[in-house]
Amino acid sequence: MITAIEELQSYLENFTAFAKQSAGGKLPWLRKLREDAFARFCETGFPTTHDEDWRFTSVAAIARTPFALPGQRATDISALDLKPWRMEGAAAQLVFVDGQFVRELSAVGALPAGVTISGLKEEIEKGTPALESHLGRFLNIQRDAFCALNTAFAEDGAFVHVGRGVSLDAPIHLLFVSTAADAPRMIHPRNLLIFEQESQATVIEDYISLGGGTVLCNSATELIAGENSTITHYMVERESLDAFNISTLRIQQERSANVASHSLLLGGGLVRNNVHPVLAGEGGECLINGLFVGDGRQHLDNFMHVEHASPHCSSRQFYNGILDGHAHGVFHGRIVVHKDAQKTDAKQTNRNLLLSDDAQIDTKPQLEIYADDVKCTHGATIGQIEENALFYLRSRGIDEVSARKLLLQAFAGQCLERMKPGPARTHAERLVNQHLLSIANHFSVVQPALAAGPKQRGA
Amino acid sequence: MSLLEIKNLHATVAGHEILKGVDLTINAAEVHSIMGPNGSGKSTLAQVLSRRETYQVTAGEVLFKGKDLLAMKPEEAACEGVFLAFQYPVEIPGIGNAYFLRSALNAMRKYRNEDEIDAIDFLPMYREKLKLLEMDERLMSRSVNEGFSGGEKKRNEILQMAVLEPKLAILDETDSGLDIDALRIVAKGVNAMRSPERAMLVVTHYQRLLNYIATDYVHVLVDGRIVRSGGPELALELEEKGYGWIEAEARQTAPASV
Repeated sequence: MITAIEELQSYLENFTAFAKQSAGGKLPWLRKLREDAFARFCETGFPTTHDEDWRFTSVAAIARTPFALPGQRATDISALDLKPWRMEGAAAQLVFVDGQFVRELSAVGALPAGVTISGLKEEIEKGTPALESHLGRFLNIQRDAFCALNTAFAEDGAFVHVGRGVSLDAPIHLLFVSTAADAPRMIHPRNLLIFEQESQATVIEDYISLGGGTVLCNSATELIAGENSTITHYMVERESLDAFNISTLRIQQERSANVASHSLLLGGGLVRNNVHPVLAGEGGECLINGLFVGDGRQHLDNFMHVEHASPHCSSRQFYNGILDGHAHGVFHGRIVVHKDAQKTDAKQTNRNLLLSDDAQIDTKPQLEIYADDVKCTHGATIGQIEENALFYLRSRGIDEVSARKLLLQAFAGQCLERMKPGPARTHAERLVNQHLLSIANHFSVVQPALAAGPKQRGA
Repeated sequence: MSLLEIKNLHATVAGHEILKGVDLTINAAEVHSIMGPNGSGKSTLAQVLSRRETYQVTAGEVLFKGKDLLAMKPEEAACEGVFLAFQYPVEIPGIGNAYFLRSALNAMRKYRNEDEIDAIDFLPMYREKLKLLEMDERLMSRSVNEGFSGGEKKRNEILQMAVLEPKLAILDETDSGLDIDALRIVAKGVNAMRSPERAMLVVTHYQRLLNYIATDYVHVLVDGRIVRSGGPELALELEEKGYGWIEAEARQTAPASV
């Protein structure tokens, strides 16, 4: 217990200093939101593997590291540094350096009327009314200590508001940059994405590192999809291997809203990807699609929590994992169907490729159904690259590395194909293909032969 | 120089010796058939020649165009001109037929220092071969062999052979499981490929295929050795009398096992 108190001590110091000078510290509602969240975090502390939601992922390394908030931005990032990380064809690109919105590095082109894209801190300072009614409304700080911690330190991040009936064709790219840190640093990006009735938009959260160092990036996004809106969200994690990345995407879907969430976990050392949609209105549709590719000692945990709270909604979860080296992947798919959510149609599929003997996957479906007229299915597979397929390709003249890459691409392609064609998908495909080439190359050197036949472990 | 020279080839799989000294010489333009009872080593021979790594060669030598075939990886053998039509073609979900075949063709062209062929030049050629094998064009965009019937899979093998134009085509039980119509189409595709520069090695359990593909030589493989070679009439004799008599003969003449 002594260590636990010591751990919290450093957060208390950080919080006290933060509370004094943070934006909106004088706004009673925001101060209360932060203080309540911090109190909740102090009550629970960090989760342990005894906690069912964290059974496969130990955050002890996070708990024992004394993280501090970044001070005033020390590192200067130039537009040139960011050039290789940008994406083509975005309507707007917001750049956040160590959690802080940097307008000089951002590009917001001409936007249709009714669209606001800016930094959360700016909006807090402006006193934008939508904040009080939406910030913290849907995120569950009771259940998740990281969400509580994020809320306690909520100050900056992206603020996107798309008005009723507005359709944004090009995606909004949010680039979160962690810079080199001498001492362990924590950032808590907080994004509020509000899409009004019948709007349409695509948002990409893209997490990168410039320079290494121990960084905890603990982000939380509240995405509100209004009635009949069509929203696509991408989460791309490609930070350095010494980064801790905890992210929570909380989606609130109104009647007939159609939301797609695509996650690509390629980087980061310890990654936890929480996706929590609540289908709150009738006729909602939700696609939760993801690909995680781990190597070395990466730990990539995907925690899905799909809540059907209304009748006639459908949800589809498809996650594919590729794990090499000593990487450890987790897929935890919880589906909760509330009592009144009749005619729910929920499906969950998790497929995994293990490329080495030491790679590991834990896959766990968890269905809680309180309605009696529903359709819920789940399935998981674990296999290896098939020796037969590899030989077939090679017998046609395709070299081993290319053949492996083709097979990995085919597996990853199942996820990429679920993305709507456009700049965001192109961006995702480019990142995945680059990453798989490096895995295929590395693989041929480390592991010359593979046992034939897939191993199946149904869940 | 012969196209393929196999000398005293011994091969094992998982510690069991399957090939126990195979000798065979094949010249360009020739069609050779290997027949034999189940488990005699026919498929092993085909797999060793296409360099499958699960088979270990323990003795012997194989020269292909004068080069050491046994030193080659599967992709190198393929690029040199060895093609195996699989007995059980593999389904590869997520990779389109046309894309796969163009990748294969370009890998071979690259190996020969030729320019890669783009999709626009590739497709007309691909379509023409589809027509030859009487295959539906819609198969082009589908994943490799995925959801194909047995006959479609075998035709797809011959289609790949027609596009890749190998020097040595090895057909591993391409006739097994085919109805007579599919067999005719497959044979038509194979016969269209006969040329003075190309040789074929037809591995089959049944004589029926040889009614459609004219073979120059027939070899009978029993217990890992070629025990008899002859012309097409040997296949007819086997069809009539079965493999029993030749196996019995082989047992008598085989050297005592060590």
